[in-house]
Amino acid sequence: MSGLVAVSPGRKRKEMAMRGVLALATGLALVPLALILYYLLKKGLGAFSGSFFTTDPNGNFLGDPGGIKSAIFGTLEMVALASAIAIPVGSGVALYLTEYGRESRFGKAVRYFVDVMTGVPSIVFGLFVYITLILTGVGGGFAGWKGSIALALLMLPIVTRSAEVVLLLVPDSLREAALALGAPRWRVVGRIVLPTALPGLVTGTLLAIARAAGETAPLLFTATIVQGTSFNLGDRMNSLPAQIFADVGQAQDRLVQRAWGAALALVLLILLLTLVARFVSRRSRLA
Amino acid sequence: MEAVALAPALRRPRLAGLPDRVLRWGLTGLAAAILLLIGFFFVRLAIESQPAFSKFGVAGFVFDNNWDVSKEIFGALPLVVGTLITSAVALVIGVPVAVAAALFVTELCPRRLRTPLIITVDLLAAVPSVVYGLWGFFFLVPKLRPAEQWFADTFSFLPFVGGHVAGPGYFVAGLILAIMIVPIVSAITREVVATVPPDHKEAALALGATRWEMIRTAILPYSRAGISGAAMLGLGRAIGETIAVTLLIGNAPQIGKQIFDQGYSLAAVIANEFGEAANDPTHRAALIAAGLVLFVVTLVVNAAARRVVNRRGSAVTP
Repeated sequence: MSGLVAVSPGRKRKEMAMRGVLALATGLALVPLALILYYLLKKGLGAFSGSFFTTDPNGNFLGDPGGIKSAIFGTLEMVALASAIAIPVGSGVALYLTEYGRESRFGKAVRYFVDVMTGVPSIVFGLFVYITLILTGVGGGFAGWKGSIALALLMLPIVTRSAEVVLLLVPDSLREAALALGAPRWRVVGRIVLPTALPGLVTGTLLAIARAAGETAPLLFTATIVQGTSFNLGDRMNSLPAQIFADVGQAQDRLVQRAWGAALALVLLILLLTLVARFVSRRSRLA
Repeated sequence: MEAVALAPALRRPRLAGLPDRVLRWGLTGLAAAILLLIGFFFVRLAIESQPAFSKFGVAGFVFDNNWDVSKEIFGALPLVVGTLITSAVALVIGVPVAVAAALFVTELCPRRLRTPLIITVDLLAAVPSVVYGLWGFFFLVPKLRPAEQWFADTFSFLPFVGGHVAGPGYFVAGLILAIMIVPIVSAITREVVATVPPDHKEAALALGATRWEMIRTAILPYSRAGISGAAMLGLGRAIGETIAVTLLIGNAPQIGKQIFDQGYSLAAVIANEFGEAANDPTHRAALIAAGLVLFVVTLVVNAAARRVVNRRGSAVTP
């Protein structure tokens, strides 16, 4: 062993110090998460009750302020419509990118702008929908479906990018085998590429849905904040994030408590989506 | 003989190519629609913000330090400064933590801990912005206020430090942004570090380098560009983040004199004032102009970041 040069004490000390620093930073990154979850559970669970989920906010400043029924239904309805728009369109664009536009100039341009679109602030999507759909008075003023469109714009690049990554994982040999057997392109896409990539596509879309469910900014002046439950996407609609935003900073403990309860419900919803997404991706045959 | 008999059977029916063409041009149309959408997006924002720019001028709008709704004067400098300060605080705090966490997870931590740690760091991205705002408002602001006041009193000789601390302000908003950008910066840094050729790392270790020396001499030089790209993507997020900042920055349309002062940001002003501005064309145009500035700045930052990150050839998913 005498042939090996020992690490000098100074270098050893530095090594231990730097390892400590990196480990500490990792811990530091996780402290806020732990604190947020702790406070959410501590304050949010106190707000949960039967009537919390079955009553609408009633606007009473004193006394019982009501629950979050309208916010839950609003979020579910608007996110469902947004997904119905963004998932087919986003997957379609991703299919174009992997099946036809891998190397073409146009394909590269689309990929680049989709990438750039992921970074556009969500409030700008809200502004855009306000300008194009509300200012012009298409189908009346504020409406749930307009909120859905803002959310769909936000989901679109996320769905596209994640779908593209998964579709690229489908081995080219599978495509070539099908084409060699005489299958036309559309059957290759429909029978080979999409089924093989399905679990990965589901994962990506679930994560996009989770992201959209937590967004406040695009909804503030498209679907706005209201009290009543509505099952008509042409009406104004409440949502969990908007309800929380409205309740924070109210000088009334019961409203603040409702905000914590709504936040816990929202985080649970998103965690559920995220966990299902992880579970699905683990069962995927690819990667 | 047989080939002759087969030929008619092999010939495709006349319309066989139709579904293929439909699929191909349908998908191409969708892709083209994305480009058109982004173009349309920009044009509409530009048209609707025109009244503000023609009244105050582009430079006047962006660089005038006077945002007074009641007098209908809209110079967005206080908002621009607020956005810049909070984003800078977020980068200074968030990027080192995120990069360190990424290095720890990929190079130092025991293999068994790796996946759980990655999942936990990624969970930070699953918390909605309004929940960060809620938590920041009721936990961070009151808990940090005494520490901030102590810091302001003790280090009042430093520039931009000192005076009375109100609670919400640039620093708290920046701190929340730092927490919010950690997952994305960390995830991209992990991907960039994964592209460092194993040869480089093994060569460093074979020459007797310790783990940290390997990180410093092999990993960091190779992935420097990618990490700065990751930081820029984080910057893009921080600039555009709305709701958490709205709840924490204090919403005072002036340039604060110190780091703990209350201010305003471009995104926050839109979220707060748009509701009341709907019936006032100038105010509305000014807010849309703020949105346009935000849009262009994040577009430029993100485009530059993607260029830097993609140069390494790593496929990065958001």
